Amino acid sequence: MPPPAYAGPVETTWYYGFRLICAFIFIFLITPILIIVPLSFNVEPYFTFTQGMLAFDPDAYSLRWYEDFISNTQWTHSVQNSFIIAIAATVLATVLGTLAALGLSNANMPYRALTMGLLISPMIVPLIISAAGMYFFYSNIGLDQTYLGIILAHTALGTPFVVITVTATLVGFDHSLTRASANLGAGPTTTFFKITMPLILPGVISGALFAFITSFDEVVVVLFLAGFEQRTIPRQMWSGIREQISPTILAVATILVMISIALLATLELLRRRGERMRGISPG
Amino acid sequence: MTDQTAGGVVLAADGTPLKASLNRALRKSRIRALLLVAPLLLFILFSFLIPIFDMMFRSVDNWHVGTLMPKTSAALADWDGKALPEEPVFAALVADLQAGAKSREIGKVGRRLNYEKSGMRSMVVSSARKSKRLKNGPYKAKVLKMHKKWRDLETWTVIKRNTAPYTIGYYLNAVDMKYDKNGDIVMQNKNRRIYGKLFLRTFAISLAITVICVILAYPISFLLATLPLRYSNLLMIFVLLPFWTSLLVRTTAWIAMLQSQGVLNDLFVFFGFVAEENRLQLIHNLTGTIIAMTHILLPFMVLPLYSVMKTIPPTYMRAALSLGANPVVAFVRIYMPLTLAGIGAGSILVFILSIGYYITPALVGGTGGTLISNQIAYHMQSSLNWGLAGALGAILLFSVLGFYLLYNKIVGIDNMKLG
Repeated sequence: MPPPAYAGPVETTWYYGFRLICAFIFIFLITPILIIVPLSFNVEPYFTFTQGMLAFDPDAYSLRWYEDFISNTQWTHSVQNSFIIAIAATVLATVLGTLAALGLSNANMPYRALTMGLLISPMIVPLIISAAGMYFFYSNIGLDQTYLGIILAHTALGTPFVVITVTATLVGFDHSLTRASANLGAGPTTTFFKITMPLILPGVISGALFAFITSFDEVVVVLFLAGFEQRTIPRQMWSGIREQISPTILAVATILVMISIALLATLELLRRRGERMRGISPG
Repeated sequence: MTDQTAGGVVLAADGTPLKASLNRALRKSRIRALLLVAPLLLFILFSFLIPIFDMMFRSVDNWHVGTLMPKTSAALADWDGKALPEEPVFAALVADLQAGAKSREIGKVGRRLNYEKSGMRSMVVSSARKSKRLKNGPYKAKVLKMHKKWRDLETWTVIKRNTAPYTIGYYLNAVDMKYDKNGDIVMQNKNRRIYGKLFLRTFAISLAITVICVILAYPISFLLATLPLRYSNLLMIFVLLPFWTSLLVRTTAWIAMLQSQGVLNDLFVFFGFVAEENRLQLIHNLTGTIIAMTHILLPFMVLPLYSVMKTIPPTYMRAALSLGANPVVAFVRIYMPLTLAGIGAGSILVFILSIGYYITPALVGGTGGTLISNQIAYHMQSSLNWGLAGALGAILLFSVLGFYLLYNKIVGIDNMKLG
C-alpha cells in the first residue's frame, strides 16, 4: 500500500521507515523457524549452510536425517510416547475441564473466584516448581517413571486452558435454550449432548488443542518424572541438544513446525466458525 | 405458577410457599454446579496442589536429627549452650551413632548438618564408624578424641538447633544468610553470597527481556491493528506461528542461528562485519539467553497489545491532528496513554513467564545466562539438597504469585485471551 496522497516528504519517509522497522521485527520472528527447514536437508552433519547448499547443488541436499529419524528406535519410541501421553492427557483434561467450566459458569456457583484461581494455578506456577513438587510427591507414591504419572501431571498442566476457553465460550451462551429443552421433556444428559455440546464445541476443541500442545511440547516435568522408557519427543530433543548434537533434531523440528502449522490452521477455522455461529463478523 | 395465596404468602403450584420453593431450586443448582466442578478440583488438589505444598513443606522440614538421633536430641533438650555438654549427652550421642551406623542412616544426619556447617558430614560419618569400637563409658573423653570438632562449642549449638522439627535454615541459605557461632543470624561471607545475586540477575534479565519485548512488540502491534484485516490476518501468522511452535524447536533454531559456525556468524563473515578468526560468541552466554527468550516471549507481548490497540478508534488521532497537534505529540499524548493497559498486561505476562524459565537458559545460557530455575534444578538433580531447592522454589513461587495478583488486578483472569 502506498502512503496517502497528501503526505509530505517527512511523512512519506516515516511511513516507509516504520514499515521497514516492522519488516525487521517480523523477520526476527519468523527466520529462526524457517531456517531450520532447509538446514534439515543438509547432507553434511552441520547446523549451517554449506557452499553446495548455497549453490543449490542437488548433491548437497539429502533426506538422510529424516531416514535417521525414522529408523532410529529411540526417536520412533519417543514419537509413540509423545502421542500416547498427549492424547491420554488431552482426553482427561478436556472431560474434567469442560465439566468444571459448566459448573463455573453457573451463576449460583459459590466461591467462584477462589475456585477459578485454584483451577488455573497450574498455568501460573513456573514449570520448574510444578516439576519439583511433582517429582517429590509422585516418587513418594510410586508414580515416578510411569506413564500414569506423566499423564496425570500433563493433565493437570493442560486443564487450565480447557477451563479458560470453555468458560469464555459459555459467556455468550443463552441459558434459556437448556431451559427450553428441559421444558420440552429432555433429561439433563440429552440436553447436554443435543443442545449445549454442539454450541460450546469450538471452545472445547480449542481447549483440547491447547491441552494437547501443552503436553506434546512439555519437557520440564518429563525431565524430572520420566524414566528412559517414557522419553517423549521434546525430551529426546533435549538430550539431542545436550549430548550428541546431530541434524536429526533439525529434521524432527521441521516435522514439528509442520504440525504447528496444521494446528494453527485448525484453530483459525474454529475461530471463524465460532464467529459465524454467534453472528459476529470477522475481526 | 403463583395463582394461589394463603395468608399473604405466595404459593407455588404444588402448594409450598414460593420462597421455599425458590430456595430449594437455588440450592439444587448450587449443588449441581459444585458437583460439576468437584472432579477437577479434587484432581488438581491431588495431582498438583498437594505436590506443591509437599515441596514447600520440605523447605522447612527438619526431621533428620530429631528422628535419627533421638537420644542425643532428648539429652540436649536442657543443655544451656554455655560450655561443652556433660557425660549423659555423650553417652546418648554414642548410642545414636552406633544405632545410625548399624542402620546406615547416619549419613543423612551428616548431610543435613553439613548444610548448616561444612565439615560436619565427615565428622559425623567418621565418628559413627569409630563409635562401633566404644564398648563402655565414660564416653566424653573418648568422643572428644574421635574428632576435633566435637571439642568445638559451635558443633553442639548446630546440633541442638537442628533437633527442632522445623527449620528456617534453608530459607536463610536461600537469601544468603546463616547462623554465626553464637546462633545469631548474619549475612554469609561476601564470596559465598550467590542466591541473592542470582535472584537479582533473574529479575534483571527478566526486566531486560520485558523491555525489549515492549520495544519490539509496539510497532508491529500498531501495524497489525491499523492495517486492513486482509493484510493484518496474513501478517498475524508471523506472530502466531512462533507462538505455536515447540519451545525446543525454537531453541534448536536459535542454536543453529547463533553458534559460532552458525547462520548469523556466517552472514557476518560473508559481509565482512567480522573476521573469520574472531567470530562472535553469541550463544552459551547472557546474549544467547536474552535473544532466544525475547523471541520466545515476544508473541505474549504482541497479542495483548494488539487486542488493546484494536479497540482504539482511529478518529482520536485524527481529532488530535486536526486540532493542531503535530503527529509526535498526538501519538505521545493521545495514543500511548490508551495503550498503557496493553503494555501493562503484556509486560507482567512476559515478566512472570521469564522469571520462571528453565529450558532455554539451560540450553543456550552457558554459565553466564542461567536463571534461578536452573539453580533449583541443580539442587534437585545434582546436589540433592532438596530443602534448599524447596526454599528457592517457594521464594520464586511467591514472587510469581505477587506479580500474578497484579496482573489479575490490571487485566482480570476472565479477560485472558489465548491464541
